[in-house]
Amino acid sequence: MTVGTKDGQSVLQAVSAAVERYGNHREELIPILNDVNRTLGYLPAEALDDISQRLRVPKSQLFSVASFYQMLSTKPQGTHVVKFCESAPCHVIGGRQVWQALQKELKLKPGETSPDGNWTLVTVSCLGVCAVGPVIVIDDDIYGNVEPNQIADILARYA
Amino acid sequence: MKYYRSHVLVSVDPECIKRGAHEILDALQDELVAQGLIDEVQVLETSRIGDTTDAPDMMVYPEAVHYVGLTADDIPFIVEEHFLKGRVATKFTAPVQVFTDEELSAPTGKELRVVLRNCGKIDPENIEDYIAEDGYMALAKVLTEMTPEQVIDTVLTAGLRGRGGAGFLTGQKWKFCRATQDWPKYTLCNADEGDPGAFMNRRVLEGDPHAVLEGMIIAAYAIGSSQGYIYCRAEYPVAVSTLNIAIQQAREFGFLGQNILGSNFSFDLEVRMGAGAFVCGEETALMASIEGKRGEPRPRPPFPAVKGLWNKPSNVNNVETFANVSQIILNGAAWFAAMGTADAHGTKTFALAGDGKHTGLIEVPLGITLREVIFDVGQGIKDDKPFRAVQIGGPAGGLLSSEHLDLPIDYNSLRAAGAMMGSGGLVVMDNENCMVDMARFFMEFTQDESCGKCTPCRVGTLRILEILQKICAGKGQPGDIETLEMLSDQIRATSLCGLGQGAPNPVITSLRYFREEYEAHIYEKCCPAKVCKALIRYDILKDFCTGCTVCARNCPTNAITGVRRQTHIIDPDICIRCGICMQVCNFNAIEIN
Repeated sequence: MTVGTKDGQSVLQAVSAAVERYGNHREELIPILNDVNRTLGYLPAEALDDISQRLRVPKSQLFSVASFYQMLSTKPQGTHVVKFCESAPCHVIGGRQVWQALQKELKLKPGETSPDGNWTLVTVSCLGVCAVGPVIVIDDDIYGNVEPNQIADILARYA
Repeated sequence: MKYYRSHVLVSVDPECIKRGAHEILDALQDELVAQGLIDEVQVLETSRIGDTTDAPDMMVYPEAVHYVGLTADDIPFIVEEHFLKGRVATKFTAPVQVFTDEELSAPTGKELRVVLRNCGKIDPENIEDYIAEDGYMALAKVLTEMTPEQVIDTVLTAGLRGRGGAGFLTGQKWKFCRATQDWPKYTLCNADEGDPGAFMNRRVLEGDPHAVLEGMIIAAYAIGSSQGYIYCRAEYPVAVSTLNIAIQQAREFGFLGQNILGSNFSFDLEVRMGAGAFVCGEETALMASIEGKRGEPRPRPPFPAVKGLWNKPSNVNNVETFANVSQIILNGAAWFAAMGTADAHGTKTFALAGDGKHTGLIEVPLGITLREVIFDVGQGIKDDKPFRAVQIGGPAGGLLSSEHLDLPIDYNSLRAAGAMMGSGGLVVMDNENCMVDMARFFMEFTQDESCGKCTPCRVGTLRILEILQKICAGKGQPGDIETLEMLSDQIRATSLCGLGQGAPNPVITSLRYFREEYEAHIYEKCCPAKVCKALIRYDILKDFCTGCTVCARNCPTNAITGVRRQTHIIDPDICIRCGICMQVCNFNAIEIN
């Protein structure tokens, strides 16, 4: 999936900004990766290369950290990332129906990105807003008390 | 401190902002200054007050008047009427319809709010609100009247036990760390709350961050630490920003930094965010993550109190544990020990989720029974359906049945029953929940979050999950239950960390207390709770079906056939058990078998 790859300039800028903000120390690796992931939407190989040089950390270790954490992605994501909470509390209050409707509406299975690059669908573990479950997160927006018939409208806000 | 005679709360909910809340704020500011009232009337921003149709709106206290549908042009009139002439501007009022807080309502009879005492009542972004509630008084007392050893003794006598789940005596932990002759020492707060169903830590961080900070500073003094970190999960952005504001204000007031309150004790801390890994709630994985590595636990000993962050002595405590500290110092160890049971002192927050009538956060003295929590505080089951089970303790906890309803909630009783306190997530379930499905659910979570370092957890949980999935798909075989039991024992005994050791608990408890459900799935290919799709069928009842064709038209797989005005039929081979037909049927003609 080549949707969303960034040009070399913006990758280096994102890395520079992050390293300047936190410092080029090994222990700042996760804040740096978080920032770069946020800016570029994911962690391109070029970014990892650059960070490896600046922090003097072997690429293998970088990749080992980047691939461990759920919120960091080494693959390009769609313009909008839809996260669905698949943990038990959301599940027992109607999560199952919402999940089915979501997959049907987006025509995606978890982990997939749509052919036009607009949507990526992923499942996440408990987000800690269980009192208003079932919960969907699109980019930075959290939607609570979601019902299957609301999904089309919610997605339409991002057209 | 300024004393205002009136407070105006303007909603800055996104809908209100769209409709001009910022213009209202500006107009209020301008008008109050023009009328010389700016030192008498305080303007505050708040979240949603009424319905979207009321926006933009505001509340005026102490009268509790709700002004709705405002424009900037209305403000001069309202200011003149309400604040100068002392008359309610009735043209703009609406009934007070305060937006309900779905997470935290007013306490019920059996509750006792210590940790949650300030949540929802103070402005978390204003340190003066916290100070007004005796905030940082405990710190002052500690720094001027107590030695570190005395602080540790007080916490030890109070009997505070770790609220993250393990329940280790907090005072004892601090004692070990203090005894280690190595510096610098680190004070760490575990704010990686990842148990599904648990959100009390999040609420405390967002609603009363200084309670946590004060606890940490006192702990740092007790153990001799100069630097601290709050490891907060990245899924809690509001908590992170609220904490950062609180830290900034605490520094400005001299509660953090060099020579705190004029003493020779110095301590500072910062927030570190996670990146989406449940296992980073395990203390050694948490420290690895702060160091910039994969969040993989390591064997203990050495314990963090001896060799922790960057191999230096470290003390890790949960958010709620820290939030209790200032109250223990102010009110005394005896006060704390008087609540709860002999070996579980104090209160505990719980997050009620699932099929109960009342869901959300509660705080009760330890020792209260499950029955009281579920049926008194929790007000029973929705629609008064029969109670089936309660899941307590998150993914390392257990599924308990009605025979446990009179069990007191304390560390030892729960452990004896095969469950554990955990961080306080309580999922209440009625009889339409399948226990095998629930066990499968928690195992899926654990499998997903396993760090992969040790074989028993990495491979063992996968094998258990495969068997559970098979059983729920109707392919269970004789011998499966025995295999599950064997695997569970092995994983519990040989996993490296608490995640793996606790992972089989939902399976073990559901087998112990709901064995008949497993047997029904395996031997009778039947799901008694009518949940597992492969084992249920949707049937149309001849006596109720009117042939209106609504179901057939809505079926996503066209599994329903029938002629108008005649009974329809569902083909079980095509049906995917989505349940839409049952939802749209107006005649209750569809049932699950």
